[in-house]
Amino acid sequence: MNNKENIKTIVVKKPLKLDCGQTINDFPLAYETYGSLNIKKDNAILVCHALTGDQFVTGLNPITKKDGWWSNVVGPNKSIDTNKYFVICINVIGGCMGSFGPSHINPKTKKIFGTDFPVITINDIVNAQINLLDHFGIKKLFSVVGGSMGGMQVLQFVSNFPEKTKTAVPIACTSSHSAQNIAFNELGRQAITADHNWSEGNYSSNNINPDKGLAVARMAAHITYLSKKGLQEKFGRKLQERDALKFGFDADFQIESYLRYQGSVFVDRFDANSYLYITRAMDYFDLGKQFDGNLSNAFKNSKTKFFVISFTSDWLYPTQENKDIVIALNAIGADVGFVEIKSDKGHDSFLLDVPDFLKTLKNFLDKSYFK
Amino acid sequence: MLMKPEYKIISDIINENSRVLDVGCDDGTLMEFLKLNKDVDIRGIEISKEKVQICVSKGLTVIEGNAELDLKQFPNKSFDYVVLGQTLQAFLNPEIVIKELLRVGKKAVVTIPNFAHWKVRLNLLLKGTMPVTKTLPNEWYNTPNLHMCTIKDFFKFSEKIDFKIFKSLALINENVSTINNSNLFTKNLFAELGIFLIEKSYEN
Repeated sequence: MNNKENIKTIVVKKPLKLDCGQTINDFPLAYETYGSLNIKKDNAILVCHALTGDQFVTGLNPITKKDGWWSNVVGPNKSIDTNKYFVICINVIGGCMGSFGPSHINPKTKKIFGTDFPVITINDIVNAQINLLDHFGIKKLFSVVGGSMGGMQVLQFVSNFPEKTKTAVPIACTSSHSAQNIAFNELGRQAITADHNWSEGNYSSNNINPDKGLAVARMAAHITYLSKKGLQEKFGRKLQERDALKFGFDADFQIESYLRYQGSVFVDRFDANSYLYITRAMDYFDLGKQFDGNLSNAFKNSKTKFFVISFTSDWLYPTQENKDIVIALNAIGADVGFVEIKSDKGHDSFLLDVPDFLKTLKNFLDKSYFK
Repeated sequence: MLMKPEYKIISDIINENSRVLDVGCDDGTLMEFLKLNKDVDIRGIEISKEKVQICVSKGLTVIEGNAELDLKQFPNKSFDYVVLGQTLQAFLNPEIVIKELLRVGKKAVVTIPNFAHWKVRLNLLLKGTMPVTKTLPNEWYNTPNLHMCTIKDFFKFSEKIDFKIFKSLALINENVSTINNSNLFTKNLFAELGIFLIEKSYEN
């Protein structure tokens, strides 16, 4: 990962007390913006990225040289229209695209943190992000939007800062990470830590990364982002550049080759320790528990207008878990809309070209903005 | 999209600035009409994904859901009015739905297509087939209606499950008139639609 000079950063001076008890200060927060902030500063949308996302939402990612992860959704005239809105996205703390994370130097030891980096939570991530709104002088966002782990940040954001956003769009997410979610994350973490090169997290000093472990983690996770039907239609039992089975352990099937490819490109852009930290943050997420088991209380001080979106084939964050958020909001008479979008593309639907989703998100934002 | 004649009547029943839930809000036409005319704070619940998306495109707050399952998430008396337009007959259990409406809303406005309308009666009597009329356009095999009822049935229903009918109106050729005990026989014969404002009889 080079070209780090393309990364915009602020240094947060204000101490941030983390859920684990440690306090951090003078830490970097890397971000990117799209569109322009209007004079009234009322057109800002905070986009929250998912586990392996980063601040480069749309256009060309200057680090990976690939399209931004939400290029289908964010851009001129798109669902989140950068002709209208000022879009901000911040690399989560614990991440590896410039924000304070385990690949940074520990000022105390002058060595790379590795697993000495404090365990962070979604709450910590959100509490760090608010500093960038202050940096831009934004008193109230027009919206905070995110899918998957981004949606968890949306929920935590409204809970922590009830006056700071007019609308909120949690997409394909949950208010409480399920046992199944935790299980898949643990599988990924075990794959990384079982890689000999991981070296108890000190791989940077050896200059050999735990690429195999990280790739397996990505492959396993990638399966959870797709639906059975989607996989079957795209790959079925099609063979990879061969006419017959080879009776060996090469990638005979296209799906194997595809997953291997997904794993191999992932290790070029993502840090293994960041993967451990961010999946942990997701696993620790249980917003209702922060309010004595009553999720409604997380939102009771907010007048924010919510729109919750789920997808029919998403079995990682299924509709019912999204609906639980809606139920908690309705129980306190909050302003909440909800739709389940029909799609065969699984959890990844929120990243892909799913016309009903793109149209509905655009309609919600544009209609809410002009009111 | 389509302004139904009863929308104006429903709007006249509802007080300004009240909190309203439209159950089975369809494409949001009534919601928009009530917002415009009565400045209400209105939410909708709709089972069809396509229609929810149309409502969102109109800037309406709607949740995708099934009234039989999803009304339970709303607290007691969280709305001044709950509106149920021409769908009571389509539920598996109308009794539970009415009870839920009266729990969630302080009052409920319920409209029913009247199966005792003379054309329906005549249709069955003369043709001997299931009636197909303007208000009941479907054939027996594709109708969403499971529990057709008449205006008279609805009165009997109010006694059986104990709710109060505050207002009962008949829609006859787009004209509205009041139904009472003395004219029930004729209204039940001539009204295409019955419109009722109801409330729970007692606190329980």
